[in-house]
Amino acid sequence: MALTRDDVQRAARLARIAIDEREADEVLGQLGRIFGMIEQMQAVDVSGVEPMSHAQEVTLRLREDAVTEPDQHALFQAIAPKVGEGLYLVPKVIE
Amino acid sequence: MHHSSLKSLSDALTAGDISSVELTGLFLKRINERNAVYNCFVSIDEERSLAQAREADLARAAGRAQALTGIPIAQKDIFCAKGWLTTCGSKMLSNFVSPYDAHVVERFNEAGAVTIGKTNMDEFAMGSSNETSWYGPVRNPWNTDAVPGGSSGGSAAAVAARLAPAATGTDTGGSIRQPAALTGICGLKPTYGVCSRYGMIAFASSLDQAGPMARSAEDMALMMNAMAGYDARDSTSLDRPVEDYTRELATPLKGLRIGLPKEFFADGLQPDVAKAVDEAIRQYRALGCEVVEVTLPNMKLSVPVYYVLAPAEASSNLARFDGVRYGYRTSEYRGLEEMYEKTRAEGFGAEVKRRILIGTYVLSHGYYDAYYIRAQKLRRLIAQDFIAAFDKCDVIMGPTSPSTAFRLGEKAADPLQMYLSDIYTIAVNLAGLPGMSIPCGFDSQGLPVGLQVIGNYFREAQMLQVAHQYQLATDFHLRAPSDINA
Amino acid sequence: MKWETVIGLEVHAQLNTRSKIFSGASTAFGAAPNTQACAVDIALPGTLPVMNRAAVEKAIRFGLSVGGRVARRSIFARKNYFYPDLPKGYQISQYELPVVEGGTVTIVVGETEKTVRLTRAHLEEDAGKSLHEDFHGETGIDLNRAGTPLLEIVSEPEMRSSAEAVAYAKAIHGLVRWIDICDGNMQEGSFRCDANVSVRPLGSETLGTRCEIKNLNSFRFLERAIDFEVRRQIEVNEDGGKVVQETRLYDPDRDETRPMRSKEDAHDYRYFPDPDLLPLEISEPWMAEVQAALPELPQVRRERYASAYGLTPYDAAVLTASREIADYFEAAAEGASGAVAKTLANWIAGPLSAQLNDAGAEIGESRVSARQLRRLVERINDGTISNKIAREVFDAVWTGEAQGDDAADKVIESRGLKQISDSGALEKIADDVIAANAQQVADYRGGKDKAFNSLVGQVMKATKGKANPQQVTEILKRRLG
Repeated sequence: MALTRDDVQRAARLARIAIDEREADEVLGQLGRIFGMIEQMQAVDVSGVEPMSHAQEVTLRLREDAVTEPDQHALFQAIAPKVGEGLYLVPKVIE
Repeated sequence: MHHSSLKSLSDALTAGDISSVELTGLFLKRINERNAVYNCFVSIDEERSLAQAREADLARAAGRAQALTGIPIAQKDIFCAKGWLTTCGSKMLSNFVSPYDAHVVERFNEAGAVTIGKTNMDEFAMGSSNETSWYGPVRNPWNTDAVPGGSSGGSAAAVAARLAPAATGTDTGGSIRQPAALTGICGLKPTYGVCSRYGMIAFASSLDQAGPMARSAEDMALMMNAMAGYDARDSTSLDRPVEDYTRELATPLKGLRIGLPKEFFADGLQPDVAKAVDEAIRQYRALGCEVVEVTLPNMKLSVPVYYVLAPAEASSNLARFDGVRYGYRTSEYRGLEEMYEKTRAEGFGAEVKRRILIGTYVLSHGYYDAYYIRAQKLRRLIAQDFIAAFDKCDVIMGPTSPSTAFRLGEKAADPLQMYLSDIYTIAVNLAGLPGMSIPCGFDSQGLPVGLQVIGNYFREAQMLQVAHQYQLATDFHLRAPSDINA
Repeated sequence: MKWETVIGLEVHAQLNTRSKIFSGASTAFGAAPNTQACAVDIALPGTLPVMNRAAVEKAIRFGLSVGGRVARRSIFARKNYFYPDLPKGYQISQYELPVVEGGTVTIVVGETEKTVRLTRAHLEEDAGKSLHEDFHGETGIDLNRAGTPLLEIVSEPEMRSSAEAVAYAKAIHGLVRWIDICDGNMQEGSFRCDANVSVRPLGSETLGTRCEIKNLNSFRFLERAIDFEVRRQIEVNEDGGKVVQETRLYDPDRDETRPMRSKEDAHDYRYFPDPDLLPLEISEPWMAEVQAALPELPQVRRERYASAYGLTPYDAAVLTASREIADYFEAAAEGASGAVAKTLANWIAGPLSAQLNDAGAEIGESRVSARQLRRLVERINDGTISNKIAREVFDAVWTGEAQGDDAADKVIESRGLKQISDSGALEKIADDVIAANAQQVADYRGGKDKAFNSLVGQVMKATKGKANPQQVTEILKRRLG
């Protein structure tokens, strides 16, 4: 599966990272070598093996349904790039 | 005083030989004098540290002192600490003053420890040389032209240079063990789930684990007593009985079975490193240990598996850095999409972007099964290899890193070479096992070599015993870089 | 060409927990912006999700109520996309192994019952709200709603008309309130629908290209949006065009659907299991416990009402629209005959619900108790009062003119509303009316039926409505030969 510049640009778009053509080509070269290394995975037979998502074979712990968090919006919004009337402000969103 | 162990500092504080304010002042002074050389610390806040020290002195006077009360500890800048700039080594968080404490930070605060500063690191913990930090590279105290390793390079160098008696680190693929090895100190990555990840900025959630970096096994045990423990705010934190990690230190090693995987001594291992590790094994035999050969046949796949799984998780974990609620936002933009794309293009460095792109690609439609699912299956095979090996031995030993500290810039231009330097450490994270590095010698250039000790799940106390008994018989851990007082 | 409509619905029901699905922030509606968005909800670096037990329990309640399979083990996954009201850059949802699979819901359209199969129901977190009103050309983000637990209930594409879709949505709406997992408040967005709509030539087995209409927050909008969309798709097809698969929004002001602009680029959500959340296991004992605590379900009650009282599917559906209504009905109908039960059903669906509506009250707050309504209905059925007079009695009982279970009897007595059933007295009045209305009598005899109705009216008027209209008709017919 040879990686193309389109693949790089599509991934950059999905990841919301601006990338120009020169950068895309540079990244393509690096990623090409990295994926060459990753291809080693294809050599092993994994049929019948259960995928491993977690380091421990334990199940989800559940918390009781209780309100424990106080209002801290003033503290949180003190570090926000842009706020107004208690809201986080972003460029106009078009639905 | 700056060469003292945590235990002797604690004793000195108890005896009243020194106050925490004095001790904190002493380390702050060293940092002020020396940090420009090593660039270990991203932020120092003397007022805050001294305020904590004063509180510690009061607590001690009131008879409420614990083992670490009043002792300065450096925190890797990946841990959120209330009121502290918490950057994760990134421009993206270069203005982020955390409004809350990580669980690990909370635990040190409760123990009365003093936060002496936040240490430099590879950006978002992605790197093995500390060269990806937005705050510039950290230099190795043993040779300032060499890297300290990464990603916990600032913590490692700070401890090696005696700018802090001990520090915290995090380890996703070797980020505690490899810098510990390259700077001649000790580092322990506990079993996944032993230290809470709450407030520790996530890189790869299923692999990340916090741990201590210090100069001896005994100091790491004291650090673990403070750091480890259940936290309800982390769903992957394990609710286990509280342990005293010092409890096995004094027990002799006679009869301990050490497994040596032949895969750890393959091509690409620097001869000086192989020699130092062999020497350490000889020492363990002398201490009454038995050596058995084990095999980890799938370990060779740990690098490709890791570079699928870790970037995949990272690509999602780092999506929250969007310039909306905190952190960096680009200065000029027309519209939302441009704000996102410019903020993230400018806020992240090259290595972070590279990994986000890898992760995005392997999760995307049509590639998920071939990359992500296959990597998860191989992860299980790698973990099963360890489980089988531990049927035959109590601990596994080998080198931590294939080489000693490399020169600054040597691998920076070649990501793939950099990735391969984690070949011996990554499998431990994939399996979720505890891993440790302790100093075991030097190469011909005088650069330290690390011995990796891998324990079975939850056997940190035994690993610390293994390290402590070795340190009773050797003095590698007591050696200090020659120019740290210059 | 004849076209067939195919509709599948995705319902998002906010689960009525006190705290959020993954954090301890409050879910209460209407708070000042971002005052209920805690560190986890605003996705501060380093924060982690911890699952709310009550949300799981409510999902189990739903699964058991629809006869679905509650998964012993289910998995949370991340759905990755960027949007300002999605703080983490991903939504925690379930993808490959949802908490509930399968199940059915019975709907009633007219007097016809139909069973709709469910595909699945899964747990996920709600997003925040984007406020597009002008903040100097910017959008404001309120994250109070972010992290509110949702159960997304997905149906098979088995509805064939907007009426069926509405009936299905109402059935789910009734059920989630019945089993107390969602408050069903559509104005506040607690219950929202997305409709997947396609058309195909009648008789065709393959599905046409579908469009998804998002965020329909009333049954009326659901109906109108589907009707518009069906017309649009038929038109596109008949003009020789092709329906494009897309996400659309319904604009109630213009009564039309239009494509969503922000969803233009092809989405690739890159689902993968959330490494922060371990597999959710639901034990047999837990399921048994939830099962034991479930109320009798609406479907069971409907069947009981049909067999015990002979009610039609429609009446039974009306009475089981909510647990409170059904409980009221049962309290009123206890031991009643089928005829009385039928009249009760009519009165609960008609005058009582209209009165409650006017008063802005729930049935639990009704000022006419179940027993009082029973007495009133019995007086209708035994001929003591007419339906029309019964309205007057009902209003009097509502305003508290008389107390006790027999309040209706007291009002009838005190106001003298009892029907005149003494035929001698009625005959006398009828004779008077005939004598005084020679013209109408002549018209009737000349074949004008209308004139007869006028004479009945005259008699009723003379008795102040207290005569039994049927009896008056019989007397007049006899007298006029």
